Amino acid sequence: MKKKVMVGMSGGVDSSVAAALLLEQGYEVVGVTMQIWQDDKKDDAGSCCSLSAVDDARRVANTLGIPYYVLNFKEIFDQKVIEYFTNEYLRGKTPNPCIACNRYIKFDEFLRKAREMGMDYVATGHYATVVQENGRYLLKRSVSVAKDQTYPLYNLTQDQLAHTLFPLAPYEKPQVREMAKKLGLGVASKPDSQDICFVVHRDYASVIEERTGIKVEPGNFVDGQGKILGRHKGIYHYTIGQRKGLGIATGKPVFVSKIDVDRNEIVLGEESSILADSLIAADLNFIAIDRLEAPVQATVKIRYGSREAAATIEPLGADQVKVVFEQPQRAVTAGQSVVFYQGDTVLGGGIIQ
Amino acid sequence: MQQVYLDNAATTRLKQEVLEAMLPYLQESYGNASSLYQLGQQSKRAIENARESIARLLQVQPKEIYFTASGTEADNWALKGLAMAHQHRGKHLIISSIEHHAILHSAHFLERQGFEVTYLPVDEFGVVQPAVLTAAMRPDTILVSIMWANNEIGTIQPIAELARIAHDHGVFFHTDAVQAVGSLEIDLSVVNVDALSFSAHKFHGPKGVGALFLRNSVKIEPFLHGGSQERDLRAGTENVVGIVGMAKALELALADLPKKTAYTQTLRDQLITEIRAIDSKIKLNGHPTQRLPGNTNFSFPSMAGDVLLMSLDMQGIAASSGSACSALSVEPSHVLLACGISKELAKSALRFSLSDDTTQADIDRLLVVMRQLLQKVSQ
Repeated sequence: MKKKVMVGMSGGVDSSVAAALLLEQGYEVVGVTMQIWQDDKKDDAGSCCSLSAVDDARRVANTLGIPYYVLNFKEIFDQKVIEYFTNEYLRGKTPNPCIACNRYIKFDEFLRKAREMGMDYVATGHYATVVQENGRYLLKRSVSVAKDQTYPLYNLTQDQLAHTLFPLAPYEKPQVREMAKKLGLGVASKPDSQDICFVVHRDYASVIEERTGIKVEPGNFVDGQGKILGRHKGIYHYTIGQRKGLGIATGKPVFVSKIDVDRNEIVLGEESSILADSLIAADLNFIAIDRLEAPVQATVKIRYGSREAAATIEPLGADQVKVVFEQPQRAVTAGQSVVFYQGDTVLGGGIIQ
Repeated sequence: MQQVYLDNAATTRLKQEVLEAMLPYLQESYGNASSLYQLGQQSKRAIENARESIARLLQVQPKEIYFTASGTEADNWALKGLAMAHQHRGKHLIISSIEHHAILHSAHFLERQGFEVTYLPVDEFGVVQPAVLTAAMRPDTILVSIMWANNEIGTIQPIAELARIAHDHGVFFHTDAVQAVGSLEIDLSVVNVDALSFSAHKFHGPKGVGALFLRNSVKIEPFLHGGSQERDLRAGTENVVGIVGMAKALELALADLPKKTAYTQTLRDQLITEIRAIDSKIKLNGHPTQRLPGNTNFSFPSMAGDVLLMSLDMQGIAASSGSACSALSVEPSHVLLACGISKELAKSALRFSLSDDTTQADIDRLLVVMRQLLQKVSQ
């Protein structure tokens, strides 16, 4: 009997082609859009769960001739992603909501629903590879170096990986667009999504204000000694290592080196102030191993876009590790995730403390 | 795969006789009913015959029937048109909290125009208790609108009594009877309502045509302005083919109604008994007896409604999670929440709605699939 797979369809080119590839590979495919966020007032064409995205996904499903449904994940998304996002900001951290979404929504709740419906797998249009080696499921980089999306997937468990398909693993983006064109999918030339789906125009502050009712107050920029350098627009507008958009002229480049929630201050410093030799990560997940028992060498990524750096990962108590860099790293930011690689394989990752 | 249609509260299949009655008005008698030549007069005659037929079936006068493009339009018109026409007497309206969105959202609109709306609570079965309506009456109340039967849970309201309370207070009474007309015996010479909305596609008629019954002498503001159709109150070239279909469908629906009701109810009651036998935790929503002959609505605590719905669809069975109008994705139903049902149970609710088209084989097939699905979960 054909294996059944439920594909998360955002209406974008990647997940559309993913669905088409699975169909070609002989799976019985059901398309689903996870409705996780909908604000009719701010219905941007680019955001992943707008009504127009649903229309696009439905059209693709019709073209492919697969059943298509919209599932409501608004409540759990609100709890597990948006609430986490605002809480982290209120604590002066810089969260990555897409990682939370993958962890709690796309590969957890979605997979649960798929299983209840008798599906064998879920699939998405992520660029990442799952392989089975020596009885263990491994997450490896996609062929496309530019598009590789293993970073936000480091929380996947063995059970989730065993039931997940990433059909785009062997492809480059231009190939995917080409396939979409050949299949006659209207979304072939749709731009890649960039921003966080529930934040419009990078306006984090208004999301926080609307949700928590906490007014985002301006405060002081200070230097390492507490000397006032100017006024900031509210701490949620800034992240560690930020240089642009500070509106401060001190004669030499300055960077955000610390966010002090209690004093509502942003501490600025020279480049050296944002360099770190090491970091502590917690809330860990390991994929290639069960747990870390001794220090290992790895390359680590401390932000989605950052280059990997060589480091030693040392176990540090129950759910913590210390990551010691070979070279000091810029802008280690609490709330972001650090992901450990060994070659192309994701060893695991955690959240920077 | 055997296709099973159990969403007759959403819409129904057009009857063959209805189609045949409609066909001549598409390509033969296609005239505009407002034109004076013969072709136009044929259309005019067809409309007036349909109006007379519908009026006779509901025990009202032909001039009290106004054709619209949908039940939703009739609801919008009744609420807004009556509110506008009588606002000099007061700006307070009363509706129930389990109305269809066509009424609910019209009421919200009127609130934004300066009207005040009271939303009546219902009991656990979805019934508006008459005493609750009496208590809500105010000197400035001008209109009460309470649906005859609910589209999600099928609960039938004590309409005659509710209308009498409104009239005792000198207040107009409208009822959204979209689910009731064609399914229930309705005699408007006995039940004294001032306005009543209904829709053809709920009783095996075509989509795109509805009607408003408006008691003679009740003043209403027009909703669509333009030509002089429908006695200057509803402009727009008449949907002749739809109107003809509506009249034919109602005639067929009400012929042998007691027999059809008995047939549908027997299947419905069998379905209720058998579904509940699968798992004692399954809850029947709505009233145990005062419900539409074709309506069942269950909460399945062990499974999410959306998962069940998709699983059924993949097996060729069409059902609904509640009202089709909120069906981009499943939201907990405002009707179930108003009945005091928890959000979780509301999200696990499914409606199977039957009609005289439904067969024993349909019910048997549904039961086989439901047992499979629910047993898989309990394992």
